[in-house]
Amino acid sequence: MQIMISKGVFQLCILLCALIVTSIGSHAAERLKLAATTSTVDTGLLDSLLPPFEKKFTVKVDVISAGTGKAIRLAENGDVDCILVHAREQEEKFVNEGHGVNRRAVMCNDFVIVGPENDPARAAGKRDAVSALTAIAGAQAPFVSRGDDSGTHQKEKELWKEAGLAPGGAVPSPPRGAWYVETGQGMGATLTIADEKKAYCLADRATYTAFSDKVGLRILCEGDRRLLNQYAIIAVSPARHPHVNYIHAMRLIGWLTSPEGQKMIGDFKKKGFVLFRPNAYQEGRGIELPH
Amino acid sequence: MSYLIDGFREALRLILHLNPEVLGISLVSIKIAAASTLIASALGVPLGFSIASREFHGKGLVITVFNTLLALPTVVVGLMVYSLLSRQGPLGSLNLLFTPLAMIIGQFVLAMPIITALSISAIQHVDRRARDTALTLGASERQAARVVLSEGRFALLAAIIAGFGRVFAEVGVSMMLGGNIRFYTRNIPTAIALETGRGEFALAIALGLILLTVAFGINILFQCLQRR
Repeated sequence: MQIMISKGVFQLCILLCALIVTSIGSHAAERLKLAATTSTVDTGLLDSLLPPFEKKFTVKVDVISAGTGKAIRLAENGDVDCILVHAREQEEKFVNEGHGVNRRAVMCNDFVIVGPENDPARAAGKRDAVSALTAIAGAQAPFVSRGDDSGTHQKEKELWKEAGLAPGGAVPSPPRGAWYVETGQGMGATLTIADEKKAYCLADRATYTAFSDKVGLRILCEGDRRLLNQYAIIAVSPARHPHVNYIHAMRLIGWLTSPEGQKMIGDFKKKGFVLFRPNAYQEGRGIELPH
Repeated sequence: MSYLIDGFREALRLILHLNPEVLGISLVSIKIAAASTLIASALGVPLGFSIASREFHGKGLVITVFNTLLALPTVVVGLMVYSLLSRQGPLGSLNLLFTPLAMIIGQFVLAMPIITALSISAIQHVDRRARDTALTLGASERQAARVVLSEGRFALLAAIIAGFGRVFAEVGVSMMLGGNIRFYTRNIPTAIALETGRGEFALAIALGLILLTVAFGINILFQCLQRR
């Protein structure tokens, strides 16, 4: 009995070791680590964009879903090779400080302010995003924030600042109360929470569209110039972090901004809607906000 | 309510049709948990054996420490190993962060105290007379040790299974160290976290069912072994 057990265990060990070795062997191909903002993951955009790239250049792209703030921090530490983000100011700081090189615009869409059907704060009638937020704050209506230093969170803070309010703290903040909730999670999770709480929320249109049949929130404010959402890709500087996979990072930048990659972005649809407008050749202009 | 029923129906379909995504994620989970449990057992069982079968100063303290480590929070393990493996950390040059190996290291740290602590108690519960009888009958120390191990084999196996159960279901270490990379470090718990956030309930429920089945199976096995 004893011998049988030890023999069985031994065989099991051999089997497991073989399994592990083969699994590690199959991942021996070149890998590229991309920290990508949650909207590009949650909507499934990268799932459809990356396989052709991986095939063409025989490389595996490891996508780490992270808000812009976290993605930039990962890149500054040299833990990823490339970032796909959407917060212009932070991007410029990142590049100017020598952490990143070759920033290229990739695509854009827009942010929308969404809220519950009955719209208790009457945000729907407001001309622009800032006055819509002012109305929400004035009514102390529940508002759910990403609170995670992501690109969307940055945009939200910009808008609050312009409204002369700063509910999250940071800047001098008069209105701070139970009506303002920070989730610290991705866009999809935050929209779901906003829906559960019947709260207002700033969301990128792509994620909102992908979630529109799962949440009962509707768009209350859109089309404001301030709500433009520009995505860009940046390679981590090989001068700062010599180990990074710079070549493949540049290939990915090339692929996403190539006519072929741009066409794939423009063709990507969810529920019949185009979620991202490719604009690698005309950053910040030329987009009629997608509807 | 209907979304829940639809979710369950779709989940069962995914499992029954052996959906490649579900299968791949489950395989990642099993491989990584098995590897970490294997390594933790290879070290934890002998360690537990030698602690239990020897008398030394501070033995009680050592056992208390291992028992306390059972409560090690997964996110703290994740944080510790992350800070070691990040590029800025002392082991950064190994380029291990966001790889399966990083997950194995984190899960090993989780499983090791469980397997060691349960091995200690397994060996301690072996009737002392087994060893004494073996020695009286002229067995060498080595042979006597084999007798003790053999007597406690079911409890030792239970210790290993408990370790596997712990790492198989945890999400903190896997998320922080693996990065939830599709087809690479995305295992069942991290996939459930992601898919729920994405609102893809069917896939999350399918994976949840698999996780539950494995967890129940492990616990039944554990109970049976403990009774032996």
